Amino acid sequence: MSAPARPAAPPVRVRPERGRWRATLRLLLSSPPSLFAVLVLLAVVVVALFDEQIAPTGFNEVDVSDRLQPPGAGHWFGTDDLGRDVLSRVVLGAKVSLQVGTVAVGFSLVVGVLAGLLAGFYGRWIDAVLMRLMDVLFAFPAILLAIAVIAVLGPGTTNAMIAIGITYTPVFARVTRAAVLGVREQVFVRASRSVGASDARLLLRHVLPNALPPIIVQTSVSLAFAVLAEAALSFVGLGTQPPAPSWGRMLSEGRGYIDLAWWIAVFPGLAIVVLVLAFNLLGDGLRDVLDPQQRSALEAARHRPGRRRRAEVRR
Amino acid sequence: MTDDVLVRARDLQVHFPVRSKGLRRKVVGAVRAVDGVDLEVRRGETLGLVGESGCGKSTLGNALLRLVEPTGGTVEFDGADVTAMSRPALRALRRRAVMVFQDPYASLDPRATVGQTVAEPLQVHGLHPGARARASRVAELLELVGLDASVASRYPHEFSGGQRQRVGIARALAGEPDFVVCDEAIASLDVSVQAQVLNLLRRLQDQLGLTYLFVSHDLAAVRHVSDRIAVMYLGRVVEVGPAEQLAADPQHPYTQALLSAVPVPSPALERARRRTVLAGDVPSAAAVPSGCRFRTRCPHAFDPCPDVDPALQAVGAGQTAACHLHGVVGSREARV
Amino acid sequence: MSAPVLEVADLRVRLETPRGPAHVVDGLDYAVGAGETVAIVGESGSGKSVSVLALLGLLPASATVTGTASFGGRDLLAMSEAELRGVRGNGIGMVFQDPMTSLNPVLSVGRQLTEGLLAHGVVTGRAAARARAADLLADVGLPDPRGALERYPHELSGGMRQRVVIAIALAGEPRLLVADEATTALDVTVQAQIVDLVTRLQAEHGTAVVWITHDLGVVAGIADRVLVMYGGRCVEDGGVDDVFDAPAHPYTRGLLGALPARVDAQRGPGRRAPDLVAIAGTPPPPTELPRGCVFWPRCPVRGDVRCETEQPPLVRVGGTDPRPHRAATFYGREIP
Repeated sequence: MSAPARPAAPPVRVRPERGRWRATLRLLLSSPPSLFAVLVLLAVVVVALFDEQIAPTGFNEVDVSDRLQPPGAGHWFGTDDLGRDVLSRVVLGAKVSLQVGTVAVGFSLVVGVLAGLLAGFYGRWIDAVLMRLMDVLFAFPAILLAIAVIAVLGPGTTNAMIAIGITYTPVFARVTRAAVLGVREQVFVRASRSVGASDARLLLRHVLPNALPPIIVQTSVSLAFAVLAEAALSFVGLGTQPPAPSWGRMLSEGRGYIDLAWWIAVFPGLAIVVLVLAFNLLGDGLRDVLDPQQRSALEAARHRPGRRRRAEVRR
Repeated sequence: MTDDVLVRARDLQVHFPVRSKGLRRKVVGAVRAVDGVDLEVRRGETLGLVGESGCGKSTLGNALLRLVEPTGGTVEFDGADVTAMSRPALRALRRRAVMVFQDPYASLDPRATVGQTVAEPLQVHGLHPGARARASRVAELLELVGLDASVASRYPHEFSGGQRQRVGIARALAGEPDFVVCDEAIASLDVSVQAQVLNLLRRLQDQLGLTYLFVSHDLAAVRHVSDRIAVMYLGRVVEVGPAEQLAADPQHPYTQALLSAVPVPSPALERARRRTVLAGDVPSAAAVPSGCRFRTRCPHAFDPCPDVDPALQAVGAGQTAACHLHGVVGSREARV
Repeated sequence: MSAPVLEVADLRVRLETPRGPAHVVDGLDYAVGAGETVAIVGESGSGKSVSVLALLGLLPASATVTGTASFGGRDLLAMSEAELRGVRGNGIGMVFQDPMTSLNPVLSVGRQLTEGLLAHGVVTGRAAARARAADLLADVGLPDPRGALERYPHELSGGMRQRVVIAIALAGEPRLLVADEATTALDVTVQAQIVDLVTRLQAEHGTAVVWITHDLGVVAGIADRVLVMYGGRCVEDGGVDDVFDAPAHPYTRGLLGALPARVDAQRGPGRRAPDLVAIAGTPPPPTELPRGCVFWPRCPVRGDVRCETEQPPLVRVGGTDPRPHRAATFYGREIP
């Protein structure tokens, strides 16, 4: 990402592509919620990368004499029923939860959006085949489907991610298709076609960017569900295998002790809440800065508060 | 062999199937949006295409560029058969024959900058390769349509309707086309801005030697910009002629009624004139009357009208009309 | 001369928008007498529609309306919502641009008509209401009025729907009819029918009409008086002949000069029509009105140092008392 020499000024003022991305990033970070989200996500990533260095103890250091200790000087987050340090397990579980979120949702995002794009844009038999396929997936209860996938692939964190990814694919396909159906009929798509743009160009340059807002929202919602789904799978023994920790599993295991030792469930639960919140805030922020109209409102509010805005919005 | 006709439609048809509701979706009929149109657009001229909503004028404009697939007949562009073109040939046609759309609020991608929009034809057709060459061509185009080159980095929502329409025109002209279809290009603009765009279109024509098909429901505007005018009714061209001649001396009863219905912005003339107010509504394009399709509203309908579908015949110098009042000759076979 | 049906004085409307307060209507005065038609002309954002919606209490609650509008000796702007409801449809009939949205799609035409008749106590009893409804439909020229009572809005064409809307507007035998772009969505031949219809009904019933439009052609045919709005202000008003034959305000002149029909009427036998007189720039949005004269940034004259700082007063430039021809300029009729 190094751009050492500044390019000579072009003959006309055309903002270079990279500069625009940088401006977008700067605008994103200028909004406090988005900045908070980015910082939280960065923190989680750092924790996940250096989990072994950060965690005070290993994930499975059992000390039965020290079990069910409340949060205090020795154990900031307390200890669980086997006397394991909850803080360490939360730190060590970050990697799994983050991975599950990004990989599983990444999978369903790519596959689902692609299916939705093609189905919505081409319609006819492509639409019929793809969407019926998605309906079949959608017809199964999510957990049952995930269990079936794992039955084929075998248990484990990676397979759990794939299973969750497959489970969420239809949602993305549907959301994308619905948005594409609206965008496809827009005059600007016809206008691009009329100057000779290929289907690939129409899809990637015009249809997808304009269909993006609901997809972004769906992504942040799904990320939250994915973290919890991993917990459910782990709970029935198909995801992360004990004694390895994941936030979801810790949450469901700690449930039984909630009136005896609230900290076992609350701290991983809080971790999930913060992560999910960060994803949601980032999603909202991204949606705003990627929409040119919102964006000029933001820029105007930032650069010249009090001055009248030039942008004229008719509808 | 070059002749002076750039675009020629022969017996052009665009029929949209009407399907039954339910699972089988059987084809139960057809909306005959364009139904046997013969039309010539000459090099360097502006041909105005007028008609009321639903007459098929927009579909015809789209079909000439094969943005809508014709279901019958042929279109020739510069001697080549557009209806038989392969994908690559069609792509090449997209550079030479372009369209300016009606609604400048809808025809520009809200997420693309003005520069990206205008540069699209350049990228698609590999013209002016290289970011810098493209940028300077975009700047040139923007200035050509009366915008500042610096607007390239801005987004459509920052502009008024008239400015957006200029962007749309710049995009259309990017590939140095020969033929421009203006599809209701001024219909959604304010009156004072319409005049700006009309003047711009005329200036560009002089400057670049463009050929226009000016599709509009606004007869006054069409008359102003056109060299010749074609009048459409219910999927068919019913009269064609030199603009002033046709406006002064219309031969088809529909053209006469249309002209008499157009309000004139002069109180004295409005008070003095007598209107031919047409009775009833335009029939549905899914149920076109037999014989002459205007006969159900025509004040002059007589014997042959329900049976014989009139063909365009000469009614004056360069003027043709499809009406039996000028002799029941050269009739088309009835297409029912 | 009898007292006017509607007399509006110093009407002002302020809307709160996300972009700050907008003075959408800024001091409007006019009067409409019985049997008279006043046309309010303007482009998008001129405030022409808001100015009548304000009279009828149809603006959102965030709008601040001041001034007086005396209708039958009472001030519309001082009325409660319940009183206004009584006036709407009874004393004042309304016709809006889109007939489809003015009608309830799930109720038959008969239901919608009879409901109004019964609610306003024009007739008593269902049978009488239906008979009166059929009369009204016949009055507005609907073929087979009894059959039409049973039909639903989607079964009618655009022109027929607008006739039904007019019938509903006339059901309460209003003394004032307000038509807001009532023919804009219609084709010219249908527009001609509707204009004829309104003119005929007006002559029969002596209704006062406020006709809002951007189409100067329609104005020339229908109006007795014209009020030209720009940026929320009246820039010129007067008798239709005075305004069209001797426009005094540069905006009115520009608007008329932008009309192809007016320019072409003066065109000689030459092949090509002269360029239109376009007004540079675009109308300002109501949130960004310039200081001083609202028109000065686009004005080709700017004949006074005060243009950019002071609002020009409406001064008399012609006409006869009590109906003067006025324009908002600093220099009256003698424009530099």
